[in-house]
Amino acid sequence: MGELARYLVLAALLFGIGLAGVLTRRNAIVVLIGIELMLNAANLNFIAFWRHGPHPEALTGVMFVLFAIAIAAAEAAVGLALVIAVYRHYRTTNLDQIEEMKG
Amino acid sequence: MDIAFLITAAAILAGAAGAMAARNVVHCALCGVVSFAGLAVAFLQLRAEFVGFAQLLVYVGAVAILIVVALLLTRNFEAMHEALAFRPWTLGLAIALLVSGAVVSAILGSGLTGRAPSSAPVPAVKEIGDLLMTRYVVALEVVGVLLTVALIGAALVALREDGPAQRAKPGERGPVEGRPED
Repeated sequence: MGELARYLVLAALLFGIGLAGVLTRRNAIVVLIGIELMLNAANLNFIAFWRHGPHPEALTGVMFVLFAIAIAAAEAAVGLALVIAVYRHYRTTNLDQIEEMKG
Repeated sequence: MDIAFLITAAAILAGAAGAMAARNVVHCALCGVVSFAGLAVAFLQLRAEFVGFAQLLVYVGAVAILIVVALLLTRNFEAMHEALAFRPWTLGLAIALLVSGAVVSAILGSGLTGRAPSSAPVPAVKEIGDLLMTRYVVALEVVGVLLTVALIGAALVALREDGPAQRAKPGERGPVEGRPED
């Protein structure tokens, strides 16, 4: 396995773990942690491709990841605020018990 | 280098698996921190040092604290040891295995070989700053606005104490009517 491929495999496995958590866990906050793991797997891919790409001096991958980290921080803040607001309303963060809008 | 990669990968994957599998939500958050820190180390190994330290600051610092505070505020401690913490978990696990298996087999089958990375220079912080102030200045401004909006929005969403508090049993109309849906 090449230098690049092993980082890509690591990112794919990390994405898979995050996806499994998002699909199976009930606690909204744990689901958010899973989403963050998936986002980080994408960032790892960006950095690996930047490092092993043809023009590492252009710094595009680094810039993309920096902006992605900033946006992920904003997403985490808003997501956790939403979880707290939902908790105020339903007194639970269990996703299976929040079913008022179920069709 | 090889040993370092193996250790980092093991820490990342073990942390992630622990974060997704632990019953106790506090343990989930702490395992997530291990995974985020391992990713910072992986970024450092890939010579993206600024990104590695940004990852350390933002994830291990800010996001982990946010998660722990949210756990505290939602007082999940009675539900910490929920007997059945998983939804139809075989289905979710099968889908996740399918996705990551497909991606891994695609990577291994692609014959992908990157350029030898040793020749490339390590980017200095000065170069990143120059780029942020020249080529990416619009994106930088937009991110600044986005972070401000997210800060205000998060505070507004989380700090709804207006009106007679403690209304809204789950059956009634909720306190969400004042908020534009998005």
